Amino acid sequence: MPVTATASPLPQTTACFTPASQPEAATEASQESVYRAVNSKRPVNLDLTTIHFPLPALTSIAHRITGVILFIGLIFAFWAFDKSLSSPAGFAAVSDALANNVLAKLIAWGLLSALAFHFVAGIKHLLMDADIGVTLEGGVKKAQITVVVSAVLIILAGVWVW
Amino acid sequence: MVTNITNLGRSGLSDWLIQRVSALVLALYTLFIVLYLLFNPGLDYATWSGLFAQTWMRIFTLLALISIAAHAWVGLWTVTTDYLKSTGVRVVAQIVIILAIFVFLVWGIQVLWGA
Repeated sequence: MPVTATASPLPQTTACFTPASQPEAATEASQESVYRAVNSKRPVNLDLTTIHFPLPALTSIAHRITGVILFIGLIFAFWAFDKSLSSPAGFAAVSDALANNVLAKLIAWGLLSALAFHFVAGIKHLLMDADIGVTLEGGVKKAQITVVVSAVLIILAGVWVW
Repeated sequence: MVTNITNLGRSGLSDWLIQRVSALVLALYTLFIVLYLLFNPGLDYATWSGLFAQTWMRIFTLLALISIAAHAWVGLWTVTTDYLKSTGVRVVAQIVIILAIFVFLVWGIQVLWGA
């Protein structure tokens, strides 16, 4: 039997590794090619358009990304904290920037959005620590709730800033 | 047991607890500040600086500042150890992060007691 790698006739539309059900009239040749494909050490299906992270993985990485954003955003928060408490003129400068400066508004909304998501995803973490909904279905459900609740908070933050 | 010379509590379990306690402090502080700003739409300097002149608010804010320092370090330590595989790059990034955390901590204390 030749060991050269040949193109696999397996269907390329699914991302899972469960074998596709064989048609009744499978020929000897196709069965052999399936056998080769299954036993080959080479990955058969790496069609990236059919492979995606589950939602809980996306909320997990978003929790990390928003955490890094918030750390960088501390520069703006501390500037506003310092300036607003420095003098009446400093306080006026911060309120004026938040009321009239589009860039300041965008930064404020961006940071409030990151904070909203990080906050909600953090509560999801605490629920998991409390052993609440720690199942496959519960994980997906909590990730969905995290996305919906933080989306609502992000919209409300936008309304607040503008 | 996870032990590493750069993590905060020298044990994974200690870091786990520090991250959650600091998260609760920061969640409460965030809620307080957001609700305070929402319920004081016409806020002026005298009221704002008066708030931060109160002893309880200084204690609460200092607690939040320390929580930011701890929370940011545990979180960014996790991120840097997960994604920066090269020891040199990771150590440089971690030194920059520690320096930034220290600057934020001193800056915050100065604002809190300098006003």
